[in-house]
Amino acid sequence: MKQITVISGKGGTGKTSLVAAFGQLAKNVVLADCDVDAANLHLIIKPISYRQEPELVRSGFEMVLDAEYCTLCGECEPVCRFDAVHILPLPEKQGQLLPVFDPLACEGCGCCADICPTEAIGIRDKEIGYLFRSNTRFGPMVHARLNIAESNSGKLVTLVRNNAKEYAEKENRQWLLIDGSPGIGCPVIASLTGVDFALIVTEATESGRHDFLRILELCAHFKIKSFTIVNKFDLNEDVTEKIKSDAKKRGVEILGTIPFNPLFVEAMVQEQTILEYAPRDKSAQILRDLWEKLKTRIT
Amino acid sequence: MTVKKEIAIASGKGGTGKTTVAVNIAACWDDPVILADCDVEEPNAHLFIQPTWDRKKPVTVLNPEFNMDLCDGTGACRDVCRYNAIIVLGKSPLLFPELCHSCGGCYRACPNNAITEVPREIGYLECGHRDKINFIHGRMNIGEAKSPPLIKAVRTAAREQGENLVIIDAPPGTTCPVIEATRKVDYLVLVTEPTPFGLSDLKLARETAQIMDIRHGVIVNRSDLGNNDVFDYCRQENIPILASIPFEKKAAQLYSQSKILVKENSHYQALFRNLFQQILKDMEQ
Repeated sequence: MKQITVISGKGGTGKTSLVAAFGQLAKNVVLADCDVDAANLHLIIKPISYRQEPELVRSGFEMVLDAEYCTLCGECEPVCRFDAVHILPLPEKQGQLLPVFDPLACEGCGCCADICPTEAIGIRDKEIGYLFRSNTRFGPMVHARLNIAESNSGKLVTLVRNNAKEYAEKENRQWLLIDGSPGIGCPVIASLTGVDFALIVTEATESGRHDFLRILELCAHFKIKSFTIVNKFDLNEDVTEKIKSDAKKRGVEILGTIPFNPLFVEAMVQEQTILEYAPRDKSAQILRDLWEKLKTRIT
Repeated sequence: MTVKKEIAIASGKGGTGKTTVAVNIAACWDDPVILADCDVEEPNAHLFIQPTWDRKKPVTVLNPEFNMDLCDGTGACRDVCRYNAIIVLGKSPLLFPELCHSCGGCYRACPNNAITEVPREIGYLECGHRDKINFIHGRMNIGEAKSPPLIKAVRTAAREQGENLVIIDAPPGTTCPVIEATRKVDYLVLVTEPTPFGLSDLKLARETAQIMDIRHGVIVNRSDLGNNDVFDYCRQENIPILASIPFEKKAAQLYSQSKILVKENSHYQALFRNLFQQILKDMEQ
């Protein structure tokens, strides 16, 4: 079983469209959408049925005040390094001053609870989102929804991966394809560690190239072998050549290039992969060739 | 523009055109502006602005350092850490810096005063200028997991730059980096595309704006590539559509060369000026 994570550095380069197409071509596959901030794969590869109920995921902590025990000593406010505790007059308590926790700022460290002399601040597990395990027309899929403004994306990414891996192993699937998120931070790192290969989808723009160099460095940092595909290559063939040269200098193979094609959007609108929507289009054939090439390199 | 205001350009989905909008409205405005690129993981705005750099400053977070002469190995630090960032091997505490949130809990919990908090570099801040634009961005070190502390440093630097309008180029997504980049701004511009992915992520981004209680409006970019669902959604939800920009291959090509569209011709000048006027108008409502 081979695990491949598709990442990009820059957003909007075409990761999800590519994962959907490769998911179709892979035949014996489990899909994992690790872009838990803004999951999109399930919009093309719609769940037909759910293997389990959506699972509520808990990670980290949030603070709860028991007002009866608060003596208003005021220690909690300055000890917080995240500007998440403020002593404010509460309208619902007739203007009484009490500590109020800002859930957007709170990072669940518990320092306020630890310093409270009367244990008026309690700590409880925080609900951070939901995990979905489904069957799709291409195989099992695991995806997740991280609650708005949450900060525990790494944990949810890891949960998606672990569940997907379990299906892949138990059901003898050959491929685990992971749709990653843009950037280089914790959700990306959590989707990269321990995979067999990274597939970097970049685009033929200077911004794409700039971000490509950073994601290449990230893969090298975590010692993950990577392949690259340059999407929208004909938008700027100069930059495409520079990207090819950047990759070559670092011993990273460019698997191929894909031309800019509005059919990708049309396919997405129809909730289809480009192979389903326009099977005879040149781009569809390019994707088939890329998949065959990737398989040869990996196996 | 006499009162200092902050406008953030965000999206949910990556690649919708945040940087294009941020850079071009900063460049087309007659008054001085501060442009703060808060996408510290993959900053791009500097490629377009090409500022003359004035200063560079490392940004650090505090991590615990253990004084083994004073440490007795009983692990009060490990016990209090809610991120499981400290383990104790034998009698030696070991920190996993990528898990540490710099809360100071371990430092306070140690009964032997064996912990000092030391700064560790996570990236750097750079400030520069070009024409009437004061430019600031952050660049996170590769391998770092958490961007919010660096984003916070960029926001603070922008606030300290003076009284001019601040335009923030936010990262994609809807979670903590975006919250840090956009909290307490006066107005949020959500850039989307009229596709199922664009709509799905717009809904999440809009929820983010509502949770933060920030006025917001939408720009539909590449407005002719997709379907009408995004427009229907905005209408149903009474979200102002500030502009609807059709796809132009020429604009995409200029973007690929990191060109500032408003400097290329008057058509783009007019487009972005109008857009900026719309934003300012909706802000005043």
